[in-house]
Amino acid sequence: MSQADLTLHGHSTAGAMAEPTFSVPAKKMAMWLFIIADTATFAGCLFAYGFIRNASQNWPRPFHSITNVAVMTLILLTSSLTMLVGVKAAQAGDKPKAFRWIMITAVAGVLFAALHLREWMGMIAEGATLFHNPWGTPLFSSLFFSITGLHLLHVTGGVVALIVVGVRYQGGRYKADDIEITGLYWHFVDLVWMFVVPLVYLLNLSH
Amino acid sequence: MTTAETHKSSGMGKDLAIYLCMLVLAGIQFVIAFQNISAQQMLERMLIVAILEAGLALLFFMHLADNRGLRWFVIIFTVAVILGMQYGWTDSFRIANGVTWAK
Repeated sequence: MSQADLTLHGHSTAGAMAEPTFSVPAKKMAMWLFIIADTATFAGCLFAYGFIRNASQNWPRPFHSITNVAVMTLILLTSSLTMLVGVKAAQAGDKPKAFRWIMITAVAGVLFAALHLREWMGMIAEGATLFHNPWGTPLFSSLFFSITGLHLLHVTGGVVALIVVGVRYQGGRYKADDIEITGLYWHFVDLVWMFVVPLVYLLNLSH
Repeated sequence: MTTAETHKSSGMGKDLAIYLCMLVLAGIQFVIAFQNISAQQMLERMLIVAILEAGLALLFFMHLADNRGLRWFVIIFTVAVILGMQYGWTDSFRIANGVTWAK
């Protein structure tokens, strides 16, 4: 076998090895696999919530107002749009604009978390804890704090990721692809909230 | 305006339209919450709206609409996991409540 053949075979093998699954780069694919796994985590929590709610005799409906959760939803949905603007700017090579919109997204995340914590404080002030609540079965507050807490943890992680990736992108260490992958995670956090709101909040409104 | 700029702005126009659709769908969920219907009907309607909203986010914000292979991989894999979990949960529920096996 000649050197040319070896080189040709070498290239062909390397080409086959480098062909990404579904034409998606490995890092992006890893994020998709994480998103699928995390979907299972949240689905597990929400299924458990549904079964327990259905089986409990004195399930409380403690929410009187939708204002806070409506504002939180608006902020999170809008942050998905600002993230998209940041990703498009990064793909167009406009670093300052991309950095600006990523930071706006991070600020929206902080605002969302602050409103969430304010709501938690209000409920804790009314006597709700992880193992007790004054309205009915203690399982309500256990599930409420667990599910919303898990989501809040994701938002907090997302904010940290946005800041770190944004700063490193601005400094030239990360590329536009990394911004896009962080954006995928942020959209996922928004997507989960679309299911948490109706199941955990709206179904427990007192009429 | 250059061709690239036109392409860029039309792209954002589409994203803005999707964002507005998602806002409207989120609003519909809040309207459903105030309807005088049973909890089961409310749950069904809210879940349908949530799935539509999530579908828009997945297809356009997360760009699954552009990659057919990845789209089916994500859908089939996720639905299989969730359905498998649903089977597990119902069985756990049966065991926890001491319900006998169906005959």
